[in-house]
Parts: sequence; structure tokens; C-alpha cells
Amino acid sequence: MAEAKGKAKAKETKEARETKETKAPAASPAAPQKARIGVFVCHCGTNIAGSIDVKGVVEYAKTLPDVAYAEDYQYVCSTPGQKIIEKAIKEKKLTGTVVAACSPRLHEPTFRRATAEGGLNPFRFEMANIREQNAWVHMHDKESATDKAKDAVRIAVAKAALLQDLTPKSVTVEKTALVVGAGIAGMQAALDLANAGIKTYLVEKLPTIGGRMSQLDKTFPTLDCSQCILTPKMVDVGRAPNINLMTYTEVDAVEGFIGNFDVTLRKKARGVLSTDEAEAKGIVGGGCNGCGDCEPVCPVIKPNPFEMGMKPRKAIYIYHPQVVPLLYTVDFDTCIKCGLCVTACGEKKAIDLEMKDELVKLKVGTVVLALGYDIFPVEKKREWGYQQFENVVTSLEFERLICASGPTGGHLIRPSDGQTPKRVAFVLCAGSRDNTGIGKPYCSRFCCMYSLKHAHQIIEKIPGVIPYIMYMDIRSFGKMYEEFYYRIQDEGAKFIRGRVANILEDKATKNLHVYAEDTMLNRPIDLEVDMVVLAAAVQPASDTDRTRKLFGVSCSQDGWLLEAHPKLNPCGTTTAGVFVAGVCQGPKDIPDTVAQAEGAASAASIPIHIGKVELEPYFAQCIEEKCAGCGMCVNLCPYSALSLVEKEGGKKVMQVTEAKCKGCGTCGGFCPGGAIWMQHFATPQVVAQIDAFLTGGAK
Amino acid sequence: MAAPDGWKPKILGIVCNWCSYAGADLAGSARTQYPPDIRIVRLMCTGRVDPLFIMKAFMDGADGVLVSGCHFGDCHYLEGNYKAAKRMFLLKSVLKDLGIEDKRLRMTFVSASEGAKWAKVVEDVVKTINTLGPSPIAAFSK
Repeated sequence: MAEAKGKAKAKETKEARETKETKAPAASPAAPQKARIGVFVCHCGTNIAGSIDVKGVVEYAKTLPDVAYAEDYQYVCSTPGQKIIEKAIKEKKLTGTVVAACSPRLHEPTFRRATAEGGLNPFRFEMANIREQNAWVHMHDKESATDKAKDAVRIAVAKAALLQDLTPKSVTVEKTALVVGAGIAGMQAALDLANAGIKTYLVEKLPTIGGRMSQLDKTFPTLDCSQCILTPKMVDVGRAPNINLMTYTEVDAVEGFIGNFDVTLRKKARGVLSTDEAEAKGIVGGGCNGCGDCEPVCPVIKPNPFEMGMKPRKAIYIYHPQVVPLLYTVDFDTCIKCGLCVTACGEKKAIDLEMKDELVKLKVGTVVLALGYDIFPVEKKREWGYQQFENVVTSLEFERLICASGPTGGHLIRPSDGQTPKRVAFVLCAGSRDNTGIGKPYCSRFCCMYSLKHAHQIIEKIPGVIPYIMYMDIRSFGKMYEEFYYRIQDEGAKFIRGRVANILEDKATKNLHVYAEDTMLNRPIDLEVDMVVLAAAVQPASDTDRTRKLFGVSCSQDGWLLEAHPKLNPCGTTTAGVFVAGVCQGPKDIPDTVAQAEGAASAASIPIHIGKVELEPYFAQCIEEKCAGCGMCVNLCPYSALSLVEKEGGKKVMQVTEAKCKGCGTCGGFCPGGAIWMQHFATPQVVAQIDAFLTGGAK
Repeated sequence: MAAPDGWKPKILGIVCNWCSYAGADLAGSARTQYPPDIRIVRLMCTGRVDPLFIMKAFMDGADGVLVSGCHFGDCHYLEGNYKAAKRMFLLKSVLKDLGIEDKRLRMTFVSASEGAKWAKVVEDVVKTINTLGPSPIAAFSK
């Protein structure tokens, strides 16, 4: 394997050298033949033509140097539109094409294909963005917009005249995938990938898979028990031969690109050996079998985060009763290393209190990020009294209180006195749709529905109880959701439309007074209840920012991962080969999460099944006669793609390893000798654009 | 220098493909209106911006140059925007020495999700250049 890799590398270097010898970028970029550029201006219906004089732009284009042909068309991206380009290339003997239309981020691939169909190298194409960055942002100033479009065409023509033939680099794709996060989204994505025959690493930071869904009691609107529908999937994940499950593990570092990501994982010290790990260490019949002998003897007691702190947990613990894998974990932050658990474990020798974090290196072809969410710290909204008044709880705490496996065995009680509440207020939009700067401006999307479910659950369990739903709007948008809303109305829940202004506690009874304006009746209300449940907003999980940066994935303004396109590429990201699934991309309920996870898995499997991907050939090249061998660029390159090599006669020059170069151009922006040729963004090409803008004009 | 009647500023925008160009596209999809006095050259990363590109623009008569990339820590190529910011900082002092107001060069950070911010940035830049009037080099070259 290593030898093969070495050979491949040697071949690459040889190729790189050959490339340089055969098509070394000339110091002067003058194209061999006189440039003949075709300009195609798109109306895009009225999207462009509504704000820009398209015919005027075409007539102007015809006057420009190097333009051999110019034409407009209603929709250049349509099949007949593309045919026009192909025909013009052949008939007018064009050397390059310019399409003035929408953003290259949308249609550059389309027009590159059309250019190639016409018989030119696809990189002989340049796009002028006259829609997103012109027609749509200057809708009421046709004259200025038209002038700007003419300038954009002139700038694009100047570059097109200097473009060179390039060949995309084809790289093989590693036949493995990585899924980060093993909540319902990550589990579904991993199962789909594994079932499609792809070796999949599923990494989870917690000691068990299952995610947030395992904390829920019932799921709306079907009222399926969350654990009942989740645990079969957890078991499937644990058993799938193609899934390599790594719990209590985080991503530490990422290098490489689509097809060949080199990922370093940090396997956190768990303090406990699995049966396999024990066997590998020669402990026959040893390792953790989940018997639980260790737990009772542990003297350390801390709040259990799975139970939202409402139940105690030992320093050696399982996260919850249905964990996969069934393995105990030592919380080294609280463990006092007394060793009682080691004694209790006995011959199994499963516990190692001196265990250290371990770094594991993987090579994967594609990645799915399913990083999940956290609950907004709703105590920041001080007016609602969370963490000030005992009987104000969050909805996730309520889930644990109403759950049969929860700290109260499913009996809803008031935290202050253990009594069963008879009047419960559910405060919706607790931190969501909040423009005060304290909460979140967005809708958290599933709080309306789970609050309706909560109302149903207490009606079912507590005779005579009155749930009050304090809402702004009820957003019951999904399949059978509106019907569920009507059902809860019929069951007797009271709906009060009004955002809660303030909650105060009666010090004697610990009852709560909820103040709001009932906007249906147009009057202020003071509602006395036994308990308040805040439907807290959701926010990106705490390590989302760190993890996304490792993979070079952008985020939206509110911190959720940014999809490549909200409608056309909702699972892709700005990094090729990295996909997103679940709430980490934006709040969504379980059905939508699972659907997106299946989409992400499908998208992530495509490059793996094809087996290779084409990378844009925007590599750096060294113009050797200009290179002084100073080596400044070598240190600047963030990918270690550049090195100094000695040529015959002792001259040192920079050499590019194309496989490592990602084409950022940081070297080219610095080289004091102008010795770096950035393919497709070469200095003469960029300068031609600048000149065309500021000094260019008609022939 | 007072702006002559009918004068319109010539502003070059050099933006990175991944953040600011996408942010400008988003401003378009959202139909956020802003002044039309900027022309865009797209590079893959602001790290590619050779300070000489900017000098060339000023020599050619640009009244202002905007360089816009990803936020720090968000660069698609890890650190290109840091390097660009450093270069722009140094270039500003050179411009000052040459008698070109350093406000004519601006570097901003606009992410792919900040369409509204992009519109605001262009508005600000146009306002600044309108206040400064034509570039001293533009007048010199005539």
C-alpha cells in the first residue's frame, strides 16, 4: 500500500515536471492566435431585461476589441440557448465565449459544457454576472444598470481573450465515508451509506449514539414512543457490518479534499475497555459487558445531564439504559481515582483509570456532518424566571419528567413540592422569534408541535388538568400536524394568543403568575398556574463552530451550517465532498431530519460510487525563468504544496505539487518576481480585467 | 477635492469566490438595492490579491478599491484572508505616502449569508468615495 502510494507520488511529480516542460506558462501570455470572442447576453425573461437594455449591451459588445460575435437570447441556459453558443463557436471560429447572465455560481458549469460542445476547451469561457449583481440590485435605474452591464461584459471579454486551455484534474475517491454525530440524522445517514455498500465511520462525541431523540418521551403527531422507534435503529447501527462505530470520539483535524480527506479523530479516554479491546490486550474473557457492578460502589455523585440534572449519576456511568454500545464510561472530570470500581470489576479487568486520549487517523472519500443542536439558555430571558423559580422548567426537562424512564417514573410533579400540577402554562417562542438581541430571531420550528403533544400528555395522565398554551402563532405545517392541533383543541387545552411579558412567583404557594396580553380579547391577563413549561429555542450545538471550521464549511448568520444552495443543493456545503444533515443545518423536526439525512447520504455516496472526481485546475505554476528561488511562497502555502528544487546548474526554483494545491493563489498574490502563474486567475488575466474596467472601451 | 458635476466614482471590487461573491449574489436574490458604482472582479481568495493589482487600478484611474473576503477563521483556504488583510494594511500606508487617501482602499469581510451586509458595505464605500471626490491620480493622468 505504502509502496503503491510512493509510486503514485513519484508519477505525479514526474507528470508535474512534464506538464511544466510541455506547456510551461509563457512569460508573456499573448494567445497564439488572435482572440475571437463570442458574447451571449441573456434576457432571463424580464429578470435581466426588465432592468437592463439587453439589445444595447449586445450592440456595445460588438464594438469591443476581440469580439467577433454578439447575440442576445431569452434564456441562454435553455437547450436552444446553449445550441446558439455551440453554433456560433463553429461558424464564427470563436476562441472563447462570454455569457452575460446570472451568477457563475449557478450556471458556469452549464456554459462550460456548451463551450465544450462547440469544440472549445471549457475553460475558454468567462461569465459576466448581470443578474444577481446588477439587474436585481439596481431595479429602478435602468441607465446605470445598463452601463454596469456593458462594463461587466467588457471586463469578461478582456479575460476571455487571455484564457488558456486547461484540463480538470481527476482524482480517485476513497471508498469510505465519515459521519460526524450519531443522533437520528447521523445514524440514518450512516445506515444508508452502509447499506449502499460503503464502509462508514460513525463518530459521536457522547458515550452513546441516539442523540437528542433518545431524551424524548413521545413524538408528534403520531404519539409513537421515541425510544421505541429509535432503539431498533440504534441496534441496527451497532450491528451493521459496514459501520465502524466510534463513540466518545471527536474530530481533531482534517486535511485533504473531496475523495481524500485525511481525518484525525480523538478517541477520548473512556477509562473502560470493550470486550474487543480487552481481547486485543490479551485479557481473556475480559472487557466491559455492561453488568454494572462498578456503578454502585462509586462514591462520586453528580447531576446526570441526560436527565437534565434531575437525577444523580456516578463518575462511572452509562449514559442511559438503552445505550449503544453497552459500555460504561469514566467521567475523568469528577473521578477521584479511588479504584473501588476496578476492584468491583474484578477478573473482567475492564477498567483502566490511567487511560489516555488516543489519536486515530482515517482516510475517507466524503463526509456527512450531523452535529445536532443545543437548547438556548433560556435563563437569559430573565422575565420568565427560569432558574429563579423552581416551578419554571424547560420543555426538555418536561420530556424527562413525563417519560416513564425519567427521574419520576413518568409522574409529572412540581419541582418545588412534588405535587401534581393542575394548571400548566406552556410558553411558546421562549427565545425564538425574538428580536431583542437576547433570544434568536428565527423560528425553532418544532416547539409548537411538541407543546401540543405535551398538552395532550398531561390531559391523558392527570384528570382535571388544564393546559394553557401561550402562543404567538401555532405553526402546524407538517403532514397531519394541523389535524393534531384540532385534536388538542378538542381535548380541552386552552389557547391564549399573547406573548408572555413576565412571570412572577407567589412566594407562599410557589405558584406562578403569568402576565400577558390576550390579543384575541384585547386585554391583559394575570394567569395563576402551578407550573410553567418554556418551549426554549434551539441553537447550534456548542462544538458546531469548531467542527465546521475544521471542514471549511461556512455558517449562516445564526450559526447553523450553510447549505450550498437552499433549494437546489440543500445537503451540500461550500466544501466539495462535505454534506449536512439534520438540525445543524437549521431547526427541523424528526421527519425532515431523517429525510435530509437520507438525502445527504445519497449525495455523499455518489462520488464514492463513481470512484473519481474532477477538480478545477486552478493550480499554481512556476514561471521558472522569473523565479529567483527565494522560497517565500513555500512558507506562505497553507497546504505545503510548494517546495524548492534545484535545477541543473544549481538554480533553485519553486515546484508545485498539484495534488496538494487548492488554487487559492496566496503564493501568486505575494511573489515579488511575478513568477507564479495562477491558472485561470493569472496576473495578466486579472490585470486585463482591471484595465478593461478603467481604461478599456470600444475598438 | 470637490466632485465635478455629473462625476460618477469608479470603484473596483475584488472579492473572493466563497464568501463575498456569494454574499453579493444573495443580496441580488433578496433584491436588496444598492448604488451601481462598483465593478466586480472575482478571485478564488483574497489571498490572491497582489497589492500591485490595486496599484494598477489606482494608476488606471480608479477612485476607490474594495477588497472583500471571508470572516477571519472562515476562509475557504484557511488563512488567505489574514494574509490579504495584512497586505492591505501595509498597502494603505504606501498609498498615504503617495498622496492617495488611504480611505480609498477598504477591506471588508462579508460571508456568503450576509447579503444585506454586502449592500451596506457597497453603500458605505460609495459614500466614502463620493465624499473624497475623484482620485488625485485620475486628475493627474488627465
